Amino acid sequence: MAEIVDTAPVIDIEGLSLAYERGGTRNVILSNLDLAVPRGEFLVIVGESGVGKSTLLRVLIGLAEPSGGSVRLSTRPGCRTPMGLVFQDSRLLGWRKVVDNVAFGLEGSGLSKAERRAKAAEMLAFVGLADLGGRWPHQLSGGQRQRVSLARALAVDPDVLLMDEPFSALDTFTREGLQDELQRVQAETGKTVIFVTHDIDEAVTLADRVIVLAGKPGRIAAELKIDAPRPRRRRDPALTEAARYLRSELSRRSAEL
Amino acid sequence: MRLIGSTLLAAAGLAAFLGFWEALPRLGLINPAFLPPPSTIPAAFLKELSLGVWPEAVASSLSHYVVGLSAGAGMGIGLGLLSGMFRPFEAATAWIVRLLRPIPGLAWVPFAIIWFGVQPSAAVFIIAIGVFWIVFFATQGAVRGVDRDLVEVAQAFGFRSPWARLTKILLPAATPGILVGVRTALGQAWMAVVAAEIFGVPGVGARMMQASSLLSTDIVVVYMLTMAALYGLFDSAFVALQGWLLRWRA
Ligand SMILES: Nc1ncnc2c1ncn2[C@@H]1O[C@H](COP(=O)(O)OP(=O)(O)OP(=O)(O)O)[C@@H](O)[C@H]1O
Ligand SMILES: [Mg+2]
Repeated sequence: MAEIVDTAPVIDIEGLSLAYERGGTRNVILSNLDLAVPRGEFLVIVGESGVGKSTLLRVLIGLAEPSGGSVRLSTRPGCRTPMGLVFQDSRLLGWRKVVDNVAFGLEGSGLSKAERRAKAAEMLAFVGLADLGGRWPHQLSGGQRQRVSLARALAVDPDVLLMDEPFSALDTFTREGLQDELQRVQAETGKTVIFVTHDIDEAVTLADRVIVLAGKPGRIAAELKIDAPRPRRRRDPALTEAARYLRSELSRRSAEL
Repeated sequence: MRLIGSTLLAAAGLAAFLGFWEALPRLGLINPAFLPPPSTIPAAFLKELSLGVWPEAVASSLSHYVVGLSAGAGMGIGLGLLSGMFRPFEAATAWIVRLLRPIPGLAWVPFAIIWFGVQPSAAVFIIAIGVFWIVFFATQGAVRGVDRDLVEVAQAFGFRSPWARLTKILLPAATPGILVGVRTALGQAWMAVVAAEIFGVPGVGARMMQASSLLSTDIVVVYMLTMAALYGLFDSAFVALQGWLLRWRA
């Protein structure tokens, strides 16, 4: 018996536009954007500050209303939280212990408190913080906070993991550690990831595909598939080459404006 | 060592203050009927105690205090949350608030007596009004001041109802600010207790008025110190509670 393979993209964006109205003027941020994300892809979005990368993620998770176009999600039926979001500033809830921060998204899922905690503890162990569940968020380092934030997003078992510059506030050493960690997490869970960053090296290290958002209003200006083997080695010539290409695209796009 | 030093200094300061106070009436600088020397206070206290007047007055004042404070603070928190959460509610009540807020709590005494009579409920009413506004504004401000980003976290995880927003984010995030208001209210409520009871509702304030009309100033001082002690007790207990509730903060 043939297994039914779901080949539909998990996210299918067509003709998406978004504008903010302010004082009678219309500020168009995204216009006529098409983007399909296959299940299991690690997609990285790069682009200049203010081009609308965060806005795109906010649309996907329902924090912003598009003004036109369509976003089709082919997520698992009955999934309560198809998207998990990791913010740039971890945004942990300071009044909850670390384990209860991770359990946050599970509330209202029908699990008992003990089950939620158990699941949260499991996720914490998964991101390498098994011992820190009993701490308050202010007792964590920046890198630990981002791991907790990742565990919180993963705990709800989303179809798609959205990450908005999650490592940008961290030092290089911690950042690279977390990049490796994220690759492992993605390999083990097979989650679709949409990852926003300013850092080209980070982009090529992580991505199956990089898209460059540019222009005003923002649109997809360039796209690059990266099929270097995983786990990625940072000195891989294919990655260096990809990074060079992306840098030239980015500077060309900004020179055009 | 520093701690012992400052404790000694504080004790010395208090002793000097009591000595000065003792000297004024003793040296005939002030009529002892107008200012009783502190050495007469313990005897007056024991007498009030043995007559059973003190426990009764304190118990009835405490019940006014606790009920009035709970009612006023409860209303303040409830309406403050509504007003902080919902702009239309705030807009609709803006002018009502402007109209009622400047009226001092004591200005409600005539109505308190007309509506409730010289009864405990009148005292409760005045105390409740006295603390309501403090807690209301503290709560409204605290809710308004909650970081929008935290509310987004709840939304991003699918908690979009006002109730979820309130219980998961706004209330816990606003708790520090609300508690500051409640602590201020703790002190304000004692003032309201005296004010309310001076009009005859039995309690510490009423007993003070009685004593002062008989020029038993030592008894007046007994109750003044009683109130200081009770306030100190409540405030310390509240600070401990606050510390526990906010133990998550750095
Ligand atoms: N609530 C809002 N109202 C009006 N304009 C907004 C709002 N949020 C964002 N913008 C504008 O939309 C544009 C895109 O913002 P967005 O946060 O998506 O940029 P970004 O690509 O994520 O930038 P960065 O890399 O700096 O995070 C910016 O010009 C910003 O000023
Ligand atoms: Mg952004």
